[in-house]
Amino acid sequence: MTKKIAGAAFIATALAVVVGMFAVDADEFTKEDLDRWHNEYMSVVKEGRELWVSADLGTNGVACAQCHPNAANTHPETYPKFQQQLGGVVALRDMINWCLMNPLEGEALELDDPKMVAMEAYVTWERRGVELAPGKH
Amino acid sequence: MRRRNHSRRDFLKGAGALAAASCLPVGTVKLAFADKRKDFTFAYISDAHIQHIAGAEFVRNWDRGLIRAVAETNMLNPKPDFVVFGGDLAQLGTKPELDHGAEMLSDLKYKMYCVMGEHDYYLDLGEYWSELFGPHYYSWDHKGVHFVTLNSILTYDEWTHERWPTAEQRMLEMAGLDNPNGSPFMVGEEQRNWLRKDLEKVKKDTPIVLFSHSPIQRIYKGWNFWTEDAEEVQALLKPFDDVTVVYGHVHQIQYNQIDNISFHAVMATAWPWPYPESYAQAEINWPELTVPMNRADPFFERDATGWQTIDLENGRIGMSYNLYDNTNRTVKYNPKTGRPEDTAFQDPAKRIEPQTHF
Repeated sequence: MTKKIAGAAFIATALAVVVGMFAVDADEFTKEDLDRWHNEYMSVVKEGRELWVSADLGTNGVACAQCHPNAANTHPETYPKFQQQLGGVVALRDMINWCLMNPLEGEALELDDPKMVAMEAYVTWERRGVELAPGKH
Repeated sequence: MRRRNHSRRDFLKGAGALAAASCLPVGTVKLAFADKRKDFTFAYISDAHIQHIAGAEFVRNWDRGLIRAVAETNMLNPKPDFVVFGGDLAQLGTKPELDHGAEMLSDLKYKMYCVMGEHDYYLDLGEYWSELFGPHYYSWDHKGVHFVTLNSILTYDEWTHERWPTAEQRMLEMAGLDNPNGSPFMVGEEQRNWLRKDLEKVKKDTPIVLFSHSPIQRIYKGWNFWTEDAEEVQALLKPFDDVTVVYGHVHQIQYNQIDNISFHAVMATAWPWPYPESYAQAEINWPELTVPMNRADPFFERDATGWQTIDLENGRIGMSYNLYDNTNRTVKYNPKTGRPEDTAFQDPAKRIEPQTHF
């Protein structure tokens, strides 16, 4: 039994090495790659923007953008930081969840929910160019 | 009906103690004119954004803001001569929203003047609003002051009449403050012609106070803190000695002086908006004179919202901001410097940390 598994693992490793010989070097990428990766990111930013203005994220029709046009006053560059109202150092996504539960009267998202990632991507994109200011109130 | 009156009396009893503790601006009015009978105050409530969920349900948070403003305004002593509601009573201009808002406003014990906001207008172009509150623009005289109300949230005809397949979509597109599909506000030629004629009969030394929903100045186009034909309206006001423009829409303390015109924004009862300078991608024309309101603490639902008491002195207004969950502010015209100034914080050395926005 153990032998069988070890044998299979060996074959898998050997295959990976052979395939790897034909793959490109890890540190080489082209302008096309950069564009593609940026577009991948921007498509998630777009999803985040759609969620930001959505009346369906919470239960009362209130959207994030009602209080935070262009995600202003969210200060992503300052997180993680001590959020005195929550009594500890928290991430931006903790504050997003607080807003979902309170002004939007909805449910918190799982912290790795793709919707959460999309909203963080959008908020951070709107704040591009601003210097990091970790911990700043 | 009787029951409601009774509960209001109980509320007022409790409110008396509250007023003493939180220093509502009672009895703070100074003499405005040589003739004492001409002294007066008025109250200003704005941007309630009453938002319908479904059936008989409305967003509780925004309801509470308006209910509180109405209750506190009813407690004012001395009594204001009238109340102005500065626009955006509704969120999406629907009958349920306008009816629910109008019902709350009907508790006011004073005469009320209403200003049109874009959230009231773009569903049916102000038709139902008019049934409730009257004409979109008008003027009147009160104790030596000429008051004017404009509908400043109009926009290009093509955008209003041709671009959108439904009225609902048109409303939604204009309701998003940061929506790039929106369109700049304007007063328009028809009202400018009306205003020119209206002002012909007014003496140049008569104080003029003009109410609009959007600023009659151009601050930041991206959020429509902007009126496209602002300069043309300002030009009509230029011949007068004392002119003040009071506007809503921006949900924040703002004030400015352009030539002979003082500008004052009012708070929303619903929610505060960020200062445009805190949007990193924005190109703005910020009135440097303004000492900003404190940064809002979202954990206090009513923080950075409120309503105003306004008194007339030397033909210019003194604006007292009644801020929920925050220290009240007063901005009034300083005849020595010829501009509105905060009575406590105008000196840069007097500013406090929460007034820094980023």
